[in-house]
Amino acid sequence: MHEMTAIHDESKTQYFWVWGGLLLLTAIEVFLAYEQFFAPIKMLLILLGLSVIKAALIILYFMHLKFETRRMRYVLMVAGVVCLSLMSMFFADAVRILRLGVKIS
Amino acid sequence: MAEVAIQHPSAQAYEPPLFGAYSKKVGMWLFLLSDSLTFGALLFAYSYGRIATAHWPTPFGKHSIANATIMTACLLSSSLTMVLAVLAARRRDERWTFLWLLGTMVFGSAFVVLHAFEWNGLIHEGMRPFSNPWAKDVPQFGGTFFALTGMHMLHVTIGVVYLGVVAMRRKFLPILLALWALAFFLTPSDNVFHHGSHVLLASAVVAGMVLWFKPKKYDAHDVEVSGLYWHFVDLVWMFIFPLVYLMSTRIV
Repeated sequence: MHEMTAIHDESKTQYFWVWGGLLLLTAIEVFLAYEQFFAPIKMLLILLGLSVIKAALIILYFMHLKFETRRMRYVLMVAGVVCLSLMSMFFADAVRILRLGVKIS
Repeated sequence: MAEVAIQHPSAQAYEPPLFGAYSKKVGMWLFLLSDSLTFGALLFAYSYGRIATAHWPTPFGKHSIANATIMTACLLSSSLTMVLAVLAARRRDERWTFLWLLGTMVFGSAFVVLHAFEWNGLIHEGMRPFSNPWAKDVPQFGGTFFALTGMHMLHVTIGVVYLGVVAMRRKFLPILLALWALAFFLTPSDNVFHHGSHVLLASAVVAGMVLWFKPKKYDAHDVEVSGLYWHFVDLVWMFIFPLVYLMSTRIV
């Protein structure tokens, strides 16, 4: 194993905790869907928020990004988040269509 | 100049790479970054349709949600076994690396099988890429659903083959071909497994080329890189599950 592979806490316990946390967050999502507490757009935002937390746990612990160099962390995350955020601009249009309807010529 | 370089006191020193990681790992991260944009586009297209369409169909009842929740648990558990395989590979414990990789493949295969059964059910109910029995004015529902979940199922299947190659190398090829033959010859022609089996055949051809033209014994780095791919597949499902299933529930 190369020296550059960061030496960090390799205990299995943390991975079991992360796994348990991910299962718990999934259970919360399913509960919210069953109870249907919120209107679709609010529900979408809440579910996406929970999914972002789950994605962060997977990336940081399972994919070991937490233990990579700072340079690698920033380059990957900034590039990914910026590119995906650019796609969000379409949502404004989706909400507009829902409120105003589609113009039929 | 050459003499100067040889006499330099740090000539034997190890030069750290730019990102502090070996090139294969950086390469996989870059691939995953590009793949996240593919899935991002599909997910955003689905979400756009979901928000912008008032009568979006809600075909997923309790049974479908329970099924999808089990599938999610399978993928999350497979990520745990994958990370344990990476730890075993770092310890150079070949037996446990193999066993944990096998466990990951079993969870991944369970996911694909459950998902394919669900596709079969939806197709039998009349869902097609350009029509569905629940909302006649939202014909795009089937197309967006099949494109998104199909792309993900393809990734999981390729992931299982990838892990099989890393764990068993050439011994995996006959298993792969046997699975293809089982899925192709023992299922009717209108079954998802029948058509999906061709992914196994294509994977066997590609895996065979890799194993014959570039044979090697896969080490801890290879296990870690395959793990990155596997966790990414898990990560994508964390967005598909709420967006596709939980946002289209029909709970009464």
